[in-house]
Amino acid sequence: MAHPLSDPATARQALATMWEIRRFEEAVDDLFARGLMHGTMHLSIGQEASPTGVCLALRDDDAITSTHRGHGHCIAKGADLTRMMAELLAKETGYCRGRGGSMHIADVDTGNLGANGIVAGGIPIATGAALAYRLRGDDKVVACFFGDGAVNEGAFHEAVNLGAIWKLPVVYICENNKYGMSFSTEKSMAVENVAEKAAGYGMPGVTVDGNDVAAVYEAMETAVARARSGEGPTLLENVTYRWKGHSKSDKNLYRTRDEISEWQGRDPIVAFETRVVEAGLLGRDDIAAVRDEVVQKLRAAVREANSAPDADPSDLLDSVYASA
Amino acid sequence: MSDQDREISYAEAVREAIGQAMEADDRVFMLGEDIGVYGGAFGVSGDLFERFGPERVRDTPISELGIVGAAVGAALAGMRPIVEIQFSDFTNQAMDQIVNQAAKIHFMLGGAAEVPMVLRAPLGSGTGAAAQHSQSLEAWFAHVPGLKVVMPATAEDAKGLLLAAIDDPNPVIVLEHKLLYRTSGPVPEEAFRTPLGQTAVRREGADLTIVATGVMVSRALEAAETLARDGVDVSVLDPRTLTPLDIEPILADVSRTGRVLLVQEAPGHVGFTSEIAARIAESPALYRLLAPIRRLSGLDIPIPYAPQLESAAVPQVPDIVEAGLTLIKES
Repeated sequence: MAHPLSDPATARQALATMWEIRRFEEAVDDLFARGLMHGTMHLSIGQEASPTGVCLALRDDDAITSTHRGHGHCIAKGADLTRMMAELLAKETGYCRGRGGSMHIADVDTGNLGANGIVAGGIPIATGAALAYRLRGDDKVVACFFGDGAVNEGAFHEAVNLGAIWKLPVVYICENNKYGMSFSTEKSMAVENVAEKAAGYGMPGVTVDGNDVAAVYEAMETAVARARSGEGPTLLENVTYRWKGHSKSDKNLYRTRDEISEWQGRDPIVAFETRVVEAGLLGRDDIAAVRDEVVQKLRAAVREANSAPDADPSDLLDSVYASA
Repeated sequence: MSDQDREISYAEAVREAIGQAMEADDRVFMLGEDIGVYGGAFGVSGDLFERFGPERVRDTPISELGIVGAAVGAALAGMRPIVEIQFSDFTNQAMDQIVNQAAKIHFMLGGAAEVPMVLRAPLGSGTGAAAQHSQSLEAWFAHVPGLKVVMPATAEDAKGLLLAAIDDPNPVIVLEHKLLYRTSGPVPEEAFRTPLGQTAVRREGADLTIVATGVMVSRALEAAETLARDGVDVSVLDPRTLTPLDIEPILADVSRTGRVLLVQEAPGHVGFTSEIAARIAESPALYRLLAPIRRLSGLDIPIPYAPQLESAAVPQVPDIVEAGLTLIKES
């Protein structure tokens, strides 16, 4: 819980987290392209500053809920890269023992209550977790991630209203990457910013540059303080952009190459590296070291996950119900 | 009057179970529409609001998806929520959270999390509330792996099964029949548990097995009295929980009597009793049948408004008697 530009150690941590997200997803993209990974996945390359800035403002015992585009949230909250990779590689040692895959990674020990394959599905759940903390007298906060597509689901409106009327310790974080699959926010909303919708629920709505990890952190720090002190939720809108398609079926017919390359020019990681060097927090050699460490970490994760046993179908029927 | 003789209504039995669970465990709380000062649309929550206060008997806006989702999240975070959905028809507003979330989270996450929640909702026809307030959707829930589905038919079961459901580490759908709320029966005062997954033998007879759920259990018992006067000795079995299903006592009774009549209020097409029929047909009990398996179900129509139309839409006592007599004649 420190500003990413406050000291060299935190700057390094923020940078390492963003690189871990980037390299994890590049590795996944590559494994999929080579036919070595099954199923589908949704990549968040280009959006790394949002989960990183958000989770920097959380305590370790705070919780998050995530989305179908959730690798970054998991990593930023502290998930183990090897167990994540093992899950995507359909291994018994994966977070979900091969039962969930990319869209259902949770890590209850690090406060990740789960990614979600249903758009807006996690918003009521985050609200309920916040209610549980309130009822127990616990001062934990829930950070609820969702995309711009989710704000047109009924679940968003019902849950955000519950959070507001009960002043629950939750921060609603819209990662507005401009498109719900192919449908742009210009077409899906009659307001310019998602944050404007906060007014309808009597909570603050804040729009920030979601590619600026410091800006995300600062807005989140204010929202977390408000939530933890019992004043209720905030709707935080992190404006960002996904470089890759929605999923593996995407041919990018709904946006231009120019638009994509314009946003690639606003790379959140490059921008942060420039800032930390200018601020004198890290040198170029420190940055090279971070990059190298992350590459090594990812290679080890892929290697270890690949050598793990495949997910075992023998006890599938015993996995449906929890036993008392 | 001993404890065993004490009679309370089905609605009071539900309320007593919730009250005892909340007294015993701080994690248990209730949320739903108009369950506070109003006391619940069917008067079930009654004085719980006065006893436990607005935090634990939590009135909500009309947001079924939101409140079921809040219960899922609270359960994931270690609480034991009990959601009241005012009419089971309104679970349609909350299906994502019931079917895609609550039912699957434990499995999808590889066992890393549990969703110990109860969703209570009144089902069934007979109140003149027409098609959107009278359905029997139990087979939908029973078709979803990860949910447990309970249909208490007596005041005693309304309490015992609910307490077991609250203890259960899984999402449990408890479907209470709205015509039963005002019926009374003996209910022990202590916080007893009726295990989920135990078929009850309500009556034992030699000639015919009737399997019935919900309000059809009492109708089947009434029909059995009439049939007895006609010399037909009837068993009445009540599965009580659709999931998990305790099929063995049903197969054993059918093997003994050689005749089976399956009675449900829900439409017959792809209904719960279709599953019972299939289980019988897949078992050696099939060879003991003296007549084909017979189902008596609600018509395959939405529930109509006019009283004579509404009662014609679902099995009544004379229909059960007639179906029973036909089965005897066929064999």
